[in-house]
Amino acid sequence: MKVILNSKQIEEILNDLTSRIISEIPPGVNVAAIGIRSRGEVLAQRLSGRLSKQLGKAVPRGTLDITLYRDDLNAPQGTAQPQVRTTEIGFDIDDKIIILVDDVLYTGRSARAAMDALIDLGRPKAIKLAVLVDRAGREFPIQADYAGYKADAAPGKSVQVFLAESDGKEEVVIE
Amino acid sequence: MALKRKNKQFKWHHKHLLGLRELSTEEITYILDTAKGFEQISTRSVKKAPPLRGKVVVNLFFEDSTRTRNSFALAANRLSADVIEFTQKASSVSKGETLLDTARNLEAMGIDIIVIRHGAGGAAKLLSRNINACVVNAGDGFCEHPTQGLLDVYTIRKIKGTLEGLKIAIVGDIAHSRVASSDMWAMTKLGAEVIFVGPPTLIPAQVNQLPVSVSYSLDEVIEKVDVVNMLRIQFERLGGNPFPSIREYSHYFGLTVERMKRAKSDILVMHPGPINRGLEMESEVADGANSVILDQVTNGLAVRMAVLFLVNQAAAQNR
Repeated sequence: MKVILNSKQIEEILNDLTSRIISEIPPGVNVAAIGIRSRGEVLAQRLSGRLSKQLGKAVPRGTLDITLYRDDLNAPQGTAQPQVRTTEIGFDIDDKIIILVDDVLYTGRSARAAMDALIDLGRPKAIKLAVLVDRAGREFPIQADYAGYKADAAPGKSVQVFLAESDGKEEVVIE
Repeated sequence: MALKRKNKQFKWHHKHLLGLRELSTEEITYILDTAKGFEQISTRSVKKAPPLRGKVVVNLFFEDSTRTRNSFALAANRLSADVIEFTQKASSVSKGETLLDTARNLEAMGIDIIVIRHGAGGAAKLLSRNINACVVNAGDGFCEHPTQGLLDVYTIRKIKGTLEGLKIAIVGDIAHSRVASSDMWAMTKLGAEVIFVGPPTLIPAQVNQLPVSVSYSLDEVIEKVDVVNMLRIQFERLGGNPFPSIREYSHYFGLTVERMKRAKSDILVMHPGPINRGLEMESEVADGANSVILDQVTNGLAVRMAVLFLVNQAAAQNR
């Protein structure tokens, strides 16, 4: 196991992502952060807090459960059966720039599922993808708009993100 | 914050839903938790999600139904499945085809899930043993109506938070009611205390073997229960004369405005439908502030989506 990010580095990445997002929001357009369950939920919460503070207005946040949109539902899944959870987005996504937040971008399959799920909720002005860790190994033509750390993890390795709110500690490891 | 990786080890493995009697508390809770995730599909702009895309669901109904049949059809549609509606009257059953032959022929067309309602107890189980498709019981004889039991506990849990420690009266024609049976299993497994209430002629003979208590007087229990579930008098199933007159039944076992005055102020009034207004329940009560009868219908949709999703998931594991 190798620690690739500690809590201070995670903090710095989130600050950096925040300023990059803010620099690209056109004036007069509303923005919202929507996290993919489960780690994306925590990260979206932190990003929306930072964005609200710096923009001086509330940036709504929501949580997206992508289980029903996964492309592997009809394949045998080994031990980890996908569990359907709730999607909690208490605002209208129409005409907003949606910052879609996840912990790790790897194959791109979750991001694809998330985009389909979002489009069933309305018509955002744009969807931008923000991730803490960008790992090689894409299987879909999807890239992050705001990528934090670029991880060099060999296939077969797993990149795991631990966050205080959900895991009681802050680090990203490769194992 | 509910972010913990819960239920990681739990795996749903039933490709059929035949009854609640054979399910564990954990399994029932898992269905209810799953159903929560399906509620929002019905409230958003595109009321459809793709998990059953390319699957075919057959509604195989040998008895009349409004709520259950439409609820299953809509649930299947919202999960993007194709739905075939089968009605006995317009089918070859009237030419003498057996249940199994009917089901096997439908299966030969490549269907994935059969939702069956049948007058004979055990019909769903019989199908599940003889065909490869998933089987969901939508009511078999006097035995079980599992999705009704699930939507009833889902409705109670959503409002009361838990069933643990609640007192629930199920009132009326218990003996002919598969709803009472599925409700009893689900409610007691989730920790509620169930009281069957009705005239002795409508209480099942072997009731002492069931995890319930019995009362022959609604007046005796109305003050102490948290939930009252009023069953429909099923005139189509009643033989003989189980009570002297409709007026007398209504007098002793009807949920009237008068009786409601003595009930807890936050009592939930439930009914599986269709209501005989003025018989089991006065209209003012059915439409009153404590009534959750229409919530039951709304929640039924989410519960049935969850059930269709889960049986298909279990089948996918063995494909």
